[in-house]
Amino acid sequence: MHISFNSFLAACPGAISQGIIWGIMALGVFVTYKVLDCADLTVDGSICTGGAVSAILITGGMDPMLSLVFATLAGMLCGAVTGLLHTKLNIPAILSGILTQLALYSVNMRIMGRANVTLLGKHVALSLQNIPHAILVSGIIAVFVISVLYWFFGTEVGCAVRATGNNDNMARAQGVNTDNVKMLGLIISNGLVALSGALLAQYQGFSDVQMGRGAIVIGLASVIIGEVILGTHSSFAVRMSSMILGAVIYYIIISLVLQAGLNTNDLKLFSAATVAVALAIPTIKTWALNGKNGRSTHA
Amino acid sequence: MHKLEIQALNKTFNQGTINEKVAIHQLSLNFEEGEFVTVIGGNGAGKSTLLNLIAGVYPADSGKVILDGRDITKMPEHKRACMLGRVFQDPMMGTASDMGIEENLAMAYRRGKKRSLRWGISAQERDKYREKLRSLDLGLEGRLSTRVGLLSGGQRQALTLLMATLQKPNLLLLDEHTAALDPRTAAKVLELSDRIIAKHGLTTMMVTHNMRDAIEHGNRLIMMHEGAIVLDIAGEAKKKLTVEGLIEKFSAVSGQEFANDRALLS
Repeated sequence: MHISFNSFLAACPGAISQGIIWGIMALGVFVTYKVLDCADLTVDGSICTGGAVSAILITGGMDPMLSLVFATLAGMLCGAVTGLLHTKLNIPAILSGILTQLALYSVNMRIMGRANVTLLGKHVALSLQNIPHAILVSGIIAVFVISVLYWFFGTEVGCAVRATGNNDNMARAQGVNTDNVKMLGLIISNGLVALSGALLAQYQGFSDVQMGRGAIVIGLASVIIGEVILGTHSSFAVRMSSMILGAVIYYIIISLVLQAGLNTNDLKLFSAATVAVALAIPTIKTWALNGKNGRSTHA
Repeated sequence: MHKLEIQALNKTFNQGTINEKVAIHQLSLNFEEGEFVTVIGGNGAGKSTLLNLIAGVYPADSGKVILDGRDITKMPEHKRACMLGRVFQDPMMGTASDMGIEENLAMAYRRGKKRSLRWGISAQERDKYREKLRSLDLGLEGRLSTRVGLLSGGQRQALTLLMATLQKPNLLLLDEHTAALDPRTAAKVLELSDRIIAKHGLTTMMVTHNMRDAIEHGNRLIMMHEGAIVLDIAGEAKKKLTVEGLIEKFSAVSGQEFANDRALLS
């Protein structure tokens, strides 16, 4: 259990580039979980859809940057399916996401034709073989995504999305079709998640049908870490940037615990436990404040 | 043509179950232009259900709701919103707490209009909002970007009232909008409601549990019992009403004591 400072520093750039890529995914989770107040589990499937679409298009000879556009569109389609299940068929949001996610396993297998598509030797937009370049590319894309989201959430439609997530009674009373807004939020969110998946596939050099397993937990972890660091009441642009920062910090923590000797197979347990603790903090705080009665007052 | 026409409206909750509850039974009612109607009744009389049926929160089982000649019975809530201004009992319900005062007003300003990818709030609007907020006399005109979550319950209700009337509504619906406030704040919000309603000549329906408020405000009073209207008093007769007289009248028509502790205590 010995972490050498030098080996930590050596691992840092990798954690940063991976963190930025996952940060874009965290932005997608932020849109549904924080802005719309709706937990969407589609992401475990749509992140892989993004990777699969991008990988297949690149092996077919498409420009890797252009493939990102199609991957994003595919992710948006995934979000639309969840949105339809949720708003038109009134299936609870969590269940709608789980259904789409499960269905996407088959869809992703169909897209790739097999469980794993390698991008070895192909021209990609970013790769872990050139980490500084990968940080630059993913950083530029992250800044672009944050700018577009910042603009969007300032528009009339964007305000309606924020109002719906904040108080859907108020939104409906102000004439907002909250069903359409939720649908739109799910579409945007899964578009971002798939974009992240496409970048991830190019970065690691392959797309795998299992690559999305537990993605939602990493997304949530990034959102929570980001909020702990920069708070929930800072400006919208700062809040979004903090999602990227949260993901970077998450990957730095992960590389630290791996160096400390954590078995890779135990990583998901570690992540889940971390997120569970983070989500439980508000409740634990009320226990501490109110003694034994804390449980009953936390309605 | 009546301003609002309600024809033989029915609403039963949990139909066919052990918890079945007839909330509104064969209710018919007309409002005329500019009428300010206060609605009073005991617990579970159907006051709020009637208001929610007009607002479209849930669908009616049968009957019709016609507002300004338009049959809105089957119209979804968000579409009716362009014709209705609403203030709720819970001060949290009418505003978005994580958004700023001006953002909330901008949402209300676009009620019934198509929302586009234009910027959500313009500079001219801000001046207008500042002006309107000044008229509330709560010092909010200097806090346009303050998050609504930081305001008091009374301030939030005053803001919701402003939002409900920013675009002149065909009908203003006030659902016990002062019930959650302390007496002084409640009086202030009611006074403000009177002022705004008079200024724009708004047709208004105000549900209240407070008999005194129901008597002192508006120009028509309706009492509900078991999903139907049992008293309907307007004009000079309403001006002569007293709380005692109203309780007496209620026992006479319903054969029961007036069952609403809150109404008697306040």
